[in-house]
Amino acid sequence: MSDTTHIQLAHGGGGQLTTELIEQVILPALGGPQQAGALTDSAVLTSPGKRLALTTDSYVVHPLEFPGGDIGTLAICGTVNDLAVAGARPTAMTMALIISEGLDISLLKRIVESAGRTAAEVGVAVVTGDTKVVPGGALDGMMINTAGLGEVLDGANLGFNQVSTGDSVVLSGPLGEHGLAVMARRKGLRFSSDLLSDCASLSEPAAALVEALGGDLHFMRDPTRGGLAATLADLAEGSAHDIEIDEASIPVNPTALGAAEILGLDLLTVANEGKLVAVVAAEASDQAVEVLRKYQVARQAARIGHITGPAETGQPPLVEMITSIGGRRIVQMPYGEELPRIC
Amino acid sequence: MTRAVDTEIRRQCDRIDRLCRQVLESSGSAGPIQIMEVCGTHTMCIARSGLAGLLPDDLKLISGPGCPVCVTDQSYIDRAMHLALECKQRPIVATYGDMVRVPGSGGSLGEARAAGARVEVVYSADQAVELALDRGDTEVVFLAVGFETTAPGAAMAVLRARRENVPNFSLMTAQKFILPAMEALLSQDDVRIDGFLCPGHVSVILGWKAYEQIAEKYARPCVVAGFDAPQVLAAVEAILAQLVSGRAEATSVYPSVAAEGNRRAMELLDEVFVTSEASWRGLGVIPESGMELREAFGRFDAAVRFDLPDFPSREIPGCRCGDVICGRLHPTGCGLFGKQCTPRRAVGPCMVSSEGACAAAYKYGLHDRGPMQ
Amino acid sequence: MCLAVPTKIETIEGNRGTGVLAGNRIDILLDLVPEAKVDDWVLIHAGFAITLLDPEDAQATLDLLSEML
Repeated sequence: MSDTTHIQLAHGGGGQLTTELIEQVILPALGGPQQAGALTDSAVLTSPGKRLALTTDSYVVHPLEFPGGDIGTLAICGTVNDLAVAGARPTAMTMALIISEGLDISLLKRIVESAGRTAAEVGVAVVTGDTKVVPGGALDGMMINTAGLGEVLDGANLGFNQVSTGDSVVLSGPLGEHGLAVMARRKGLRFSSDLLSDCASLSEPAAALVEALGGDLHFMRDPTRGGLAATLADLAEGSAHDIEIDEASIPVNPTALGAAEILGLDLLTVANEGKLVAVVAAEASDQAVEVLRKYQVARQAARIGHITGPAETGQPPLVEMITSIGGRRIVQMPYGEELPRIC
Repeated sequence: MTRAVDTEIRRQCDRIDRLCRQVLESSGSAGPIQIMEVCGTHTMCIARSGLAGLLPDDLKLISGPGCPVCVTDQSYIDRAMHLALECKQRPIVATYGDMVRVPGSGGSLGEARAAGARVEVVYSADQAVELALDRGDTEVVFLAVGFETTAPGAAMAVLRARRENVPNFSLMTAQKFILPAMEALLSQDDVRIDGFLCPGHVSVILGWKAYEQIAEKYARPCVVAGFDAPQVLAAVEAILAQLVSGRAEATSVYPSVAAEGNRRAMELLDEVFVTSEASWRGLGVIPESGMELREAFGRFDAAVRFDLPDFPSREIPGCRCGDVICGRLHPTGCGLFGKQCTPRRAVGPCMVSSEGACAAAYKYGLHDRGPMQ
Repeated sequence: MCLAVPTKIETIEGNRGTGVLAGNRIDILLDLVPEAKVDDWVLIHAGFAITLLDPEDAQATLDLLSEML
């Protein structure tokens, strides 16, 4: 663990520092290292005759309203998506609001109405919640914490240990839309964009994958903070397998690409809120892409790579990318805070 | 996947392969041919595209002092840290993102921010002036780091601050000129440099003819390139072609660069800054290589305004950034690389800067799997 | 040292303008390219335009960018 004495912004970035903080400070206190499930998006619990998925998340986004969504839709979709990638249909969720003194009530109203609409569209009920107000200045605007409960679909058997050599890696659409759309609205950044956040529920496409592929679907995750790079790094680490992806196969949104160029960011590390990474048996690869493409949110789905083999003994697992010019480079777990660069 | 770009890249690599062999045959040397890129953005572009792996074994691309953050002496960071943490006026330190995680002797600006100091990332020097206008009750100090591409922006910011009478804006400059560093490297004589891949956007300002003094005096081809793989390959090809025919000229394969550069930018630099000696990490003090504010703009000099103490230059034990910057050592040759020194916990600037050679090697290279391509 | 992006000038007001790239807009200073007009392509670095771009070269860079990814 870094020997700095204060939490850095990067500790919340979804990259290396986040993992370290969880592994070295939080887990030992709450559950110990044997809680392997602690680093997955949802915990799968067994109840007689059922498998349940339980997830929790907190949402801290600024600005609270951004192009393509707001913290309300984000809270619903983010929670539902964590359940979806565990192969679960969402049943119910909680929503706790922590609101800053002084927040405009009409803004709060817009946010909760937006959350309500999204929940209805997705088919999940917000069954309980909590509201707290903190003195002005303690936090910026508001934060939302949620817990989501879902029922794991029959036939869903997902996990790092299911990943095998030769499996295909499938991505449901272009990268970076959420992170860049939010960034465009930050004060002080002389930058604006037509980009809309991709914030959306993945519940249906994920369920469709489970139903169509069954045991051929080995793993799913939504690449949020830290982007695709963090997800692939976690996948490689968790499954102890090397991964190879092909830059030219990654679906692209030209506006997102332009925004990343302007801000000096790597699209692979920018947050998404409506994208899915699936690891499927090689022979089910085409079918997986076909199934996903039936859904608007996954219309640009594509196979972007494959699992090349178990990691070399004694070596950390590697994520390699074939670049657009046919060269090779590694894809590293992002540090945690990608500062847009200048010079 | 055969796409147009792949076929063209392959053709370029084939031609480079042939030219390499011609150069080595005619010179009787065993090689390898060593071309130095002096621009951090080239280092990153090369690493990110995996280009080095497509080049023949007897051609090496060495990265040089092209990362302005990396060549900034650690004493500058210490001064900035002093501003952020010790200064009673509690100024806001406005800086490009690249500088935030560079370690000084007592930590980085990012760590200072976590401890309560006022450090803000800005995207341009102009934005730092805006910040000063916005926060009339606080001093704003801009960390002006960069080469010829970035310095005109700082010049414009100072002129604006004067024009609009902004009382709470000042800057701390560590801006540098790249040509003196190239000459210093060649005078050092311990790294064989057969040719230079010259920076694209610095050259937009300087003009490609500026490299004639290097080409002629030191008999090394100097070719300006833009920032994609085909550009880099075209420049490498042009350098090799010159070597084959025994020429040493300054040219450009980057259409956006004019022979004379941007005169207006150079005039602005001259109006606001005076050339001075500067301390370069790895290269020591180089005369006429830095920029200081002219006396007429003295009131915008943060060192004076805040009576900043001098800080000594300190060697970090085990850190080989200086050697990496001079092209003497590949990042993987440093004992700390990937172990005590990683992007997450960097010992030196080359690992933490977004354009540092070590960061490029770590982030994009197969550092754990044997020699770098 | 050189991160710079080609953008097309959408508006100009005095020495300031907006550059557009694929649906993204950025505020830019035009002091170094006083001859720039609306619809010209410029190369932007750290918030200011450093040179005018030949529209064909700008397009070539953009094509390369979108073909590459």
